[in-house]
Amino acid sequence: MLTGLLIIVPLIASLLLFLVKGNGSRNLALGLSVVEFALSIVAFMQLKHNPASKELVLNCTWVESMGIHFAVGLDSLSMLLVLLTTFLVPLIILSSFGTTYERPNAFYGLIMLMQMALVGVFTANDGFLFYVFWELALIPIYFICLLWGGEGRARITFKFFVYTLFGSLFMLVALIYLYSHTGFDSGIKSWAINDLYEAGRNMTLAQQSVVFWCIFLAFAIKMPLFPLHTWQPDTYVNAPTQGTMLLSGIMLKMGTFGLMKWLLPVTPLAIQEWGGVAMGMAVFGILYASCIAIVQKDYKRLIAYSSIAHVGLIAAGILSANQQGLQGAMMQMLAHGVNVVGLFLIADILVRHTGTREIDRLGGIRSMNGNFAVLFLIILLGSVALPLTNGFVGEFLLINGVYQYGAWVAAIAGLTVILGAVYMLRSYQGIMLGERKDSAVAFGPLATSDKAVLIIVCMAVIAFGVYPKPLNDLAESGVKEFLLNIK
Amino acid sequence: MVKLIGLVPLFPLIGFLINGFFGKKMSKGLSGAIASIAILASFIVSLLVFFDLLEHPDTTSHVVSIFSWINSDTLHIPFEFLVDHLSSLFLLIITGIGFLIHIYSIGYMHEDEGFSRFFTYLNLFVFFMLLLVLGNNYLIMFVGWEGVGLCSYLLIGFWFKNTAYNNAAKKAFIMNRIGDLGFLLGIILIFVTYGSISYGDVFGVARGANESTATAIALLLFIGAMGKSAQLPLYTWLPDAMAGPTPVSALIHAATMVTAGIYMVVRSNVFYIMSPAASEVVAVVGVATALFAATIGLFQNDIKKILAYSTVSQLGLMFMGLGAGAYSSSVFHVMTHAFFKALLFLGAGSVIHAMGGEQDIRRMGGLKKALPVTFMTMFLGTLAISGVFGFSGFFSKDEILAHTYEYSPVIWFFGSVTSLLTAFYMFRLMFLTFWGGFRGTHEQEHHLHESPKSMTFPLVVLAILSVVGGLIGLPEFWGAKNWIGEFLEPVATQPLNMLGHDQEIILMSIASVGAIVVIYFAYMVYRKNNVLPLEKESDMKPFQKLVYNKYYVDEVYDFLIRKPLDFISDILSRYVDKKMVDGVVNGVGTAVDGLSSVVRLLQTGNISFYILSMVVGIIAILFYTFIK
Repeated sequence: MLTGLLIIVPLIASLLLFLVKGNGSRNLALGLSVVEFALSIVAFMQLKHNPASKELVLNCTWVESMGIHFAVGLDSLSMLLVLLTTFLVPLIILSSFGTTYERPNAFYGLIMLMQMALVGVFTANDGFLFYVFWELALIPIYFICLLWGGEGRARITFKFFVYTLFGSLFMLVALIYLYSHTGFDSGIKSWAINDLYEAGRNMTLAQQSVVFWCIFLAFAIKMPLFPLHTWQPDTYVNAPTQGTMLLSGIMLKMGTFGLMKWLLPVTPLAIQEWGGVAMGMAVFGILYASCIAIVQKDYKRLIAYSSIAHVGLIAAGILSANQQGLQGAMMQMLAHGVNVVGLFLIADILVRHTGTREIDRLGGIRSMNGNFAVLFLIILLGSVALPLTNGFVGEFLLINGVYQYGAWVAAIAGLTVILGAVYMLRSYQGIMLGERKDSAVAFGPLATSDKAVLIIVCMAVIAFGVYPKPLNDLAESGVKEFLLNIK
Repeated sequence: MVKLIGLVPLFPLIGFLINGFFGKKMSKGLSGAIASIAILASFIVSLLVFFDLLEHPDTTSHVVSIFSWINSDTLHIPFEFLVDHLSSLFLLIITGIGFLIHIYSIGYMHEDEGFSRFFTYLNLFVFFMLLLVLGNNYLIMFVGWEGVGLCSYLLIGFWFKNTAYNNAAKKAFIMNRIGDLGFLLGIILIFVTYGSISYGDVFGVARGANESTATAIALLLFIGAMGKSAQLPLYTWLPDAMAGPTPVSALIHAATMVTAGIYMVVRSNVFYIMSPAASEVVAVVGVATALFAATIGLFQNDIKKILAYSTVSQLGLMFMGLGAGAYSSSVFHVMTHAFFKALLFLGAGSVIHAMGGEQDIRRMGGLKKALPVTFMTMFLGTLAISGVFGFSGFFSKDEILAHTYEYSPVIWFFGSVTSLLTAFYMFRLMFLTFWGGFRGTHEQEHHLHESPKSMTFPLVVLAILSVVGGLIGLPEFWGAKNWIGEFLEPVATQPLNMLGHDQEIILMSIASVGAIVVIYFAYMVYRKNNVLPLEKESDMKPFQKLVYNKYYVDEVYDFLIRKPLDFISDILSRYVDKKMVDGVVNGVGTAVDGLSSVVRLLQTGNISFYILSMVVGIIAILFYTFIK
């Protein structure tokens, strides 16, 4: 029931918001998203004390003749991503308080709709339902980018939409193919996740390979992995800040989490055969995107590329398919989500205060606002995975997991440790340090809402770096169970 | 007392938080006092812990758990502290010298508007440095390791409006990260090999692994040490790090942080004992760095740069000793070096303070009258670093060299040459700075003054330590006890020195006489004949020019690494990503577009055309089935 509520509350919120006129909508949206967060905390406590609780799963028949169920459930792993979603959405909404959007009710309504779809994607235990939520998530973000984006948004958003839809259709084909192979013993076809797992595992290598590549394509585009990433920088840069945050903070995890939950257990033979190629894409992407990030002049674009590098390491950890790799991926998904929201807000603040995101035109902001410099630095350190920040726990486990896959692969993937420091420190120096440039003269104190978001993000960066145990325990036990299941 | 070990890093952490949150609202005096008292409190607890260990020689180590940090199936990484002989010794160095440098900084930074920020960073640094040596597993060491790197970054770039300083700070962080990646992979290899990264679990069973694994672990860890302790080829950040305020150079870039690599190797000595190959690498890299940096030190004119290269060189000697298996001797040298090098840096700071920011020794001269305390203390420090008989540096260096001689006379030879070069460039510095006539401006001469008490007090204390610090490690053949060697016995067993007393006395005499001869030579050149360093580069001989320009190593790195990286990144960004990868995507889009515009032509809207095509289709199908 709780899980059902977690999906319904944002849906109701969204409908309410579409009805509300005027500027009250953003407060309402914030309030409702906080309610959703509280609800997820209740679910978290429930899961902690009674993991087998019936409150956490919901399973009703949807289309009986086709074996489709509305089956959602919270286990340790999905709980973490739901927590990430419900934690970030209020921050994303709060981060918009410094900007005035036209038709705010529609804007916030779409954000809440997006949240519903995201929670659905993370909790779905039925292949068909998963696909429905997966596509449903695309619609609100498409409109957010299209209606509130920057210049050239029509072309860029169209490309993003078609690109991801293109991948999704392959996934749909693969899912239907899997579905058609279910019920081998019983003769009853089903979309239930475990039946799909079984169907996949009973397939020959050739069949699994087809399924693997079709589904992998969808996930790889969503994350995105090299060389399927080219929709991403333009879309991130062009989307309104809140859209970028939704895309990078949460939506990207649909791809990585999907890879873990909907692909790894389905096609074991194909992963043995093709995992190396996928690993190559992921690891090469780390270097490729890091290098490109080094020379970016637009700070928002720099973060976009750094995100490709980070997600490459997450994917590599998942593909290594061991305890440390998968657990690291879970932890890094959380850390990356939080940090990237902070970084994109910083990019937004820069534009609002100085009118530019061009690193060359910025400089010396630190002399104008020391507190901002400190908050920025803390988030940056989380992003470069300094120990005792949230980024380190995931990164250490990821490199550890990849090392068990291959020592040299880990050494190459580990170059992110160095390259990440290069582009992050260069940009920080360019923007914040040095003599004050003209653009920085007007840089005054931060708005309360901005300050609040940055402080919350910084607190999360440090708290979950120093004491990751509550989340890490979930990730640990979840991954352990998951690995037992797929072996 | 050991149970209270958590207090040692806790005090600086509290100091950091107080100054970080409220420093700007407090007076400078209060801000500096809080920071200094925090370190003093840590020092007192460290002392108590140290005496506790002395009183109970039977128990050699204590583990104190704080909380459970990262768990992943069989991988358990608790936040745990280890108090043993090695860590307690480092605690004393860090908090003791740290305290003196905090006091000094109150005077030195008095005019700076970033006063409380400075102490905030300094306390944070001490906190991380204490974590580094206190951790009971490699990942806690790594936490401290990267944490001190962060503080080093913040303090090198303390004057953040200056682009050159910012570049130096960034360079330090990035070069350290290169080493850190090696360290991290080493930690992972330890986990993969032994199933744990806690010292107690690993060292007990270390010998279960084969030699090549031990070599890999030892070398990966050593890559980390190369970065942090500025060894070839990752040393170039350290001279640049002199951009930071001088107390920072003394504390971080001389006495404590840069010796973390030595701590790490001593802590991990079991791997190096298992792998003679790795030890040889350590010894060779160490002696090469020592000699290389010492030659650069000969021709530098910036007082802090000379000391920086000297530090690189001294660290090299310590690694040379570690490679030769002289673990406790190297720790001994870490300690004496901390005394005299901190003293020399603080003295240099006092000189710079008096000279109104001038760092070029060509503009100094004759300062001994105006700065008597600074002069006397620095002179004692110079005698100590030069290895003059009886001073602290003499004993520690002598121990290292004696062990090295046994290990390899060739390495010993180069190590000894380094020592002699050290004596030369240090006396060159002293003669040019304190003797002769004043070569600065009139205004500078007018303002010359001895530094305040808060600055001279630490100098005096450090000078005393530099003189007598050698007593804790007197040579055994004097009939004395080598206290430090015995003290460290439980952590790192150093092979006994098998040299005969005669041989040892000969080596010692060579070193002592050599030092005196070299000092006399420096006296002849710089005092008697008043030779001054050349002003213009064009007047230099080719070799001198090469060394003066630090062998152009920075330029070479720039050419081999930075420029290609930027170039490749630029190509990837501008052409590969935009034109090729995205080009293919857009190409597919255009192709689909083109194809559909062709297909679209069929959609004429003309019903008779549709019927016609249907008929043609049906006929074709029928035809096909008939033929079949």
